[in-house]
Amino acid sequence: MLNLMLKEDLINRLKTIVSPYAQNKEALDSIHEETDFINDLKINSANLVDVILDVEEAFDIVIDNDAMEKMLTVKASMEVIEAKLSEK
Amino acid sequence: MNQQEILEALPYSHPFLFVDELTAVHENGATGSYTFNPELEIYKGHFKDKPVTPGVILIETMAQIGLVCLGIYLAGDAEEQETGQVMLTSAAIDFLKPVFPGEKVTVVSKKVYFRFKKLHCTVSMTNAAGETVCNGTLSGMVTSKLNG
Repeated sequence: MLNLMLKEDLINRLKTIVSPYAQNKEALDSIHEETDFINDLKINSANLVDVILDVEEAFDIVIDNDAMEKMLTVKASMEVIEAKLSEK
Repeated sequence: MNQQEILEALPYSHPFLFVDELTAVHENGATGSYTFNPELEIYKGHFKDKPVTPGVILIETMAQIGLVCLGIYLAGDAEEQETGQVMLTSAAIDFLKPVFPGEKVTVVSKKVYFRFKKLHCTVSMTNAAGETVCNGTLSGMVTSKLNG
């Protein structure tokens, strides 16, 4: 389990990554664990790929198709990142 | 898929087909050419009495040759059941020279990445004199159907 500080830090790093692609800036400002990339931030499917590629680069991890398909919310992304980091 | 099969798989026809020839297509890019048909309806209005190929049509030509042909090739390579289709999702292009009716242009694309069905390429178009007409980047999603 991530402690609260780490969680906040991770959400902030994700916020920086999604920020160039988020169409809904209010939803971006109030980003939280339950924020949905497509429905809340209005990121399209093409830019969602860029989010995944930027996450790979920022955390130095490789995301496969199965993991990518799960990464639709902040919470799901944090779980994938945490799992991939623990495999290293 | 070979060049001929890719051309046959293109979902365009006159007056919106802007590929005459696909001279090379491989894992990392595509090269092809098109000669702008002076009879195209668009020249009657762009511009009045002074026909010049619209920038959006130059983008379309770069996309059909550089992005769509390459996307269909890469989708075939991934052993997809159905023929791949490509939806243009973004374009960032600089225009350097005008293209007049009847001019032949050559488009060269280079794959930057093809991951999670998104194809991102750099593209450039040159005229018969070898001068760069326009260049930039194009992206599209490679799917099995046309409307996403």
